[in-house]
Amino acid sequence: MENTAKYKVSLLLLVLALAICFVLNISLGSVSIPFKGTLNVILGREVAHDSWEYIVWNYRIPKAFTAILVGSGLALSGLLMQTLFRNPLAGPFVLGISSGASLGAALLIMGSALISSLFSYGMVNDVSLAVAASIGSFSVLLVVVVVSYRIKDTMALLIIGLMFGSITAAIVSVLSYFTDAEKLQQYIYWSFGSVGNLSWSQLLLLLIIILIGIVLSIVSIKPLNAFLLGENYAQSLGVNLKRSRYKIIIATGLLAGGITAFAGPIAFIGLAVPHLTRQIFNTTDHKVLVPAVLVYGAILMLICDTIAQLPTSANVLPINAITSIVGAPVVIWLLVRKKKMIF
Amino acid sequence: MNKKIIAHTALKVKDLSIGYFSKKSTTVIADGINFQLQQGELAAIIGVNGIGKSTLLRTLGNVQAKLSGSIQLDGKDLKSYTPIEMASTISVVLTEPLASKNLTVIELIALGRQPYTNWIGRLSETDKTKIQEAIGMVGLQSLKNKKCYELSDGQLQRVMIARALAQDTSIILLDEPTSHLDLHHKVQILKLLKHIAHKTSKTILVTSHEIEMAIQLCDKILIMNKGSHEFGEPCELIQKKSFERLFPSDTVTFDPKTGSFKIKK
Repeated sequence: MENTAKYKVSLLLLVLALAICFVLNISLGSVSIPFKGTLNVILGREVAHDSWEYIVWNYRIPKAFTAILVGSGLALSGLLMQTLFRNPLAGPFVLGISSGASLGAALLIMGSALISSLFSYGMVNDVSLAVAASIGSFSVLLVVVVVSYRIKDTMALLIIGLMFGSITAAIVSVLSYFTDAEKLQQYIYWSFGSVGNLSWSQLLLLLIIILIGIVLSIVSIKPLNAFLLGENYAQSLGVNLKRSRYKIIIATGLLAGGITAFAGPIAFIGLAVPHLTRQIFNTTDHKVLVPAVLVYGAILMLICDTIAQLPTSANVLPINAITSIVGAPVVIWLLVRKKKMIF
Repeated sequence: MNKKIIAHTALKVKDLSIGYFSKKSTTVIADGINFQLQQGELAAIIGVNGIGKSTLLRTLGNVQAKLSGSIQLDGKDLKSYTPIEMASTISVVLTEPLASKNLTVIELIALGRQPYTNWIGRLSETDKTKIQEAIGMVGLQSLKNKKCYELSDGQLQRVMIARALAQDTSIILLDEPTSHLDLHHKVQILKLLKHIAHKTSKTILVTSHEIEMAIQLCDKILIMNKGSHEFGEPCELIQKKSFERLFPSDTVTFDPKTGSFKIKK
C-alpha cells in the first residue's frame, strides 16, 4: 500500500524505456537510415531519399506497433494463465495454446491442399489463416480448461500441454510428407513468427482484439487477486467463480490466439515477462502487474525485433528464434537465482 | 453470563444432511445434524477421521452444497443470501494451501476486504483501519511486509485468521486450524480464537482433533459419531459420557476426571 508511489515511478520509467525502444526500433533496419533521417520522417520534414519515407511509414512503424501489441498481449495472457492455473510455468506455449494455433494453420495450409486442390488456392490468405489459427488455439484452450477442472494437479496440466505440442508436431510431419514444397515452406515461414507482415488494416483488427482482451483483464483484476488465495477462498470472498473464469479464459484466448494468428507462434514472451516484471514490481497485486506486464512485454518484443532485423544487413532472423534465445536463459536464470519459480 | 442469555442465535442447523452429489448418485457423509451457536461463542466440531467434519464446515461456509435440511444465519436461511451478503457474513480458513505464497502478509490480509471494495478493489480508509485492527489483534505487526513463503506454519495460520478477521464477518469457520502445529502453537491459536470470539462477539466454529484442548477452551462442542451426533457444553458432554463413545475402547479410554484420553495398554 505504501509502495504505490514507488510503483508509479517504476511504471513511468518503463514507459520511457518503451518510447526509447520504439524510436530505436524504427531507426534501425536492413536499410541504413541515419537517426536524424528517421526523426525527420516522423516529424514530416524533408528527407534526403523518398524511399526512407516509404520504408519508415509503411514498414517500420507498422512493424514496431505490431511488436508492441504482440509483446503486450502475450505478456498479459501469460500473467492471466499463471494466476488462473495457479502455475508459475503457465504461458501460451507451455499449455499448448500456440501448438493449437500451429495445428490450425498447418491443417489450413497443408491439409486443405490434400483434400482438394481446387478448394485450396483461393482459400489460404491472411484472414483464413488467422481464423484457422484462432480456432486451433481456442480449441486447445477449452480442452486445457476442461482438463484443469477434472485434474487439480497442475503438473498434469503442463504434461498435457507438452503432449499437445507433440501431437501438433506429429500431425505437421505427416501433413508435410504429403504436401508439396511450396505449401510446406508457407507453413514453415508462418511458424517462424513475424511481426513485419501486417498491413495497417490488419494491425487495426489486431488492436481491437487485444483491446478487448485488455478490457476483460482489467475488469477481472479483483477476481484475479482473489484467485491468488485459491478458488474456494475466492468464492468465500463473494467472487462469482464461473463468470470470472470465463472472462479470464476468453481474454487469454483472444490475446494468445489472436496474436498467434497474426504473427505466428512466438515463444517465451508470455512465460518470461510476468516473472521479469515481478522482479521490478515486488507485488502480486494485479492492479500493478497488469499495466506493468503490458509495458514490459512491449519493450522486450521491440528489443527482440530489433535484434532479429540484424541492423544494416539484408537478412532477417525468425523472431520466434530470437525470443527463445532471449527468453529461455531468462527462465533458467530465474530458476537458478531464486531456487524456485513463484507467481 | 447475562450477556450470553441476551445474545442471539448466530447459526442454527436443523436436520442437516451433508455429502456429495454426482451424476449418478448422492453420497451421504453425515445426516441428522442439529445444533445452534450463540453470538460470541467458540465451538469445536470433533470426531474421527472421515466422519465429515470438514464436509460439514465447507457446507456451512457454502463452499459446497448441502444435501438436505436447513442452515440459518442470524435467523435467515443460507439460501437467501447473495454471494456478497454471504461473504460479509461468513469467512473461512480452510486447510487447502494458498494458490500463491508470493503474497505479502498485508496483501493477503487486505484481500479479506474484497466484499466491501469497489470494482477494482481500491481500499478505502475504513478498509485500511479494519486491516490494521486485524493485524493488531492477531499480533502480526512485525511480519506484515514478509512474503507468505517466509512464514512458519503457525505464523501463516495467524495470517489466515487475520484475513478472516479483516473480512469482518459475524461468523468465522476454521478447518483444522491447529493441524501441523506444536503444542505451544496449538494452544496459542485456540486461545487467540477464544479471545476474538469473546471480545468481538464473533461466532467461531473450528474442526479439530485436539479434543482435550477443545474441552478446556471451547464454549460448545459438536461430537460427530456414526449415526448420532451430540452437541453441548464440554462438561455436559463429559457427564453424558459422550467422549467415551468417540473411539473404540480397545485403543484409548476417556478419563472424565481429567478430561483426557489414556492409551490402553
